[in-house]
Order: sequence, then C-alpha cells, then structure tokens
Amino acid sequence: MIVRILGEGQLRVEDSALSELNELDARLEAAVNSGDEAAFADALAALLGRVRAIGAPTEPDDLEPSALILPQADATMDDVRKLLTDDGLIPG
Amino acid sequence: MGVMKRVSLVFKSKANKALDRMEDPRETLDYSYQTQLELLQKVRRGVADVATSRKRVELQINTLQQSSDKLDRQARDSLSAGREDLAREALVRKSAVASQMNDLNVQYASLQGEEEKLTNASQRLQAKVDAFRTRKETIKATYTAAEAQTRINEAFTGISEEMGDVGMAIQRAEDKTEQMRARAGAIDELMASGALDDAVSGPRDDIQAELDRMGATHGVDNELERMKAEVGQGSAPREIEATSAVPEAQPAPAATAQPAADQPQGDAQ
Repeated sequence: MIVRILGEGQLRVEDSALSELNELDARLEAAVNSGDEAAFADALAALLGRVRAIGAPTEPDDLEPSALILPQADATMDDVRKLLTDDGLIPG
Repeated sequence: MGVMKRVSLVFKSKANKALDRMEDPRETLDYSYQTQLELLQKVRRGVADVATSRKRVELQINTLQQSSDKLDRQARDSLSAGREDLAREALVRKSAVASQMNDLNVQYASLQGEEEKLTNASQRLQAKVDAFRTRKETIKATYTAAEAQTRINEAFTGISEEMGDVGMAIQRAEDKTEQMRARAGAIDELMASGALDDAVSGPRDDIQAELDRMGATHGVDNELERMKAEVGQGSAPREIEATSAVPEAQPAPAATAQPAADQPQGDAQ
C-alpha cells in the first residue's frame, strides 16, 4: 500500500505492516483526543519514523492515491485537528 | 478510525467533490492540468520568496558579525591600553550582538529547511504533472467519455492529493516567510534608527571615540619624543619647553602694552 507523509512524499509499505502502523496511529489519536501535546509529538515521531524505516519512495511519476496520509513531521495537534475537518488545511 | 485513514479520506472527499462539479469527464482533465500548471508556478514563486528572505537574514547576520568582530577588537585594544572598564563595556555589547546573531541563525536554518522542502515539493509535483499530461492524452485518444470516467477519476484523485500536499507546504512556507519578514524588517528599522547601532557600536561609538582619543594622545607623545631626539639630545628639549612657556605666561601685559589693532583677539578693554 502507499503511505504519504505530508511535505515529504509517498512511500510504498508492505500491507503486512498495517497492524503495526495502526497501533502507532492509535497512540497518535489518543494523544490528540486527550490534548496532550508532548505525547502527540512522541507518537507522531514514532509513527513517521517507522514508516520511513520500512517504506520505499514511490516512483515520482506514480499517480496512485495514498491509502494512508500522515501529518508532516513538525505538525502541531492543532494542525492535525484542522486536517481532519473538511474545510481545514487542505486547499481546493 | 485512526488519524492516517481519516486524513486520506478527507483528501479523497475533496477530490470527489471537485470531480462531481465537472460535467464532461474529459474536460476535467484539461481543467485540472491548467490548475496543476498554476500550482507549479506558485510553488516556484514560493521557493524564490523563501530564498529572498533567507538572503536578507544572511545579510543581517554578516552585519552583526562585523559588529561583533569590531567590538572584540575594541575590547583587546582597550585592555592593551589598560582600560579594563572600556573592555568590559565592549564585551557587554558584544554579548548583546551575539544573542541577536543566535536568533537570526535559528531563523536562517528554518528558512533553509523551508526552501529545501519547497524545492523538493516542486520537483515531485513537476514529475506528477508530466505524468498526468501523458495520461491525459492517452485517455482522450483511447476512450469514450463514458469509458474514460474511471481512469480519469484515478489520475485526478492521485494528482489532487499531491496538489493538496504541495498547497499546504506553500502555505506553511508563506506563513514562516511572513514572520521572518516582519522580524527582519524590525531589525532593519532598528539599524536604520541607530538604536541597534548603539548596541552594536555604530556611528555614535563612544568606545571607539575613547580609544581614538587615547590613541591620538599616545601618538602625539611618541612624535614629541621623536622630535626631541631629532632637534638635539639632552637639555635642548627642556629649553624649548621653557622658552615656549614664557609668552604664554604673559599674554595680559602684552595686550595692554600694544595697540589694539595688533591684537585681533585682545578684547580685554
């Protein structure tokens, strides 16, 4: 499957990694819900670090949409909340 | 549902809404391609803007570095002249300059990072726009409008995700550049007003003035010694000093004795 890290591009990750990534993602979501900025930063760094470690960059001219999209490395909780709303950060 | 899945759904829903607005699927391709070219231009302008800001901060850092070097030199000169008080003052100012420089260095690194990210984003988008153009021509040549729909949707969703990502990267870079511009402008204003110049020893440089004064006194003393040595050894210099002291000692009687016309400054009467 293809995973995008915002601001960095797309990576191809084995489908088998999904449950591992979901666990890390659950930590990220819990941090956002509890409003714990430090826990959020840790969880985001862990998730991005894992995706970078196991993913390989896609071909630049690949037009396939991503199955999963991760916030940029320096995103704040507020950025993520806005990302999750339809009229949030994404232009267009 | 986790964060990463939800974000991807938000992106897809944006793309779907845009697709729904198009009547003829094949028109979508041309319209989208135009938008992509516009975004490419925008991201390139973004790179240029960030670079301009970065260069401005670089110039300010250079100026502050010169001030810091100068203050360092002044501190050393002051110590050589036995003026620890002046040296201390110079070092206090140097440390104020250093803290400004640290701040600017952080900003510089941040702008450099932003520039690199945008440059990479621009290259990624360029590759996808090129791929989209090829795909678009193939779809238009090969399929009827009805057949083309699915393929158009795929290509459109893929590229619109990239465009959304790049669009946000441009926005983040613009926000940062705007903040930097405001701060760089404030420092430029301080320098222009002389307020920062005081702190970094500019035109009204009292430390330098004091050093110059001491340097001048020192230079006169040296030259005097040299002249004494040239004119003659031993008691000769002392005689010159003695005779020169005489007329200075008697200006008042001379003024009363001579006619006023010979004494342009003698307004004693």
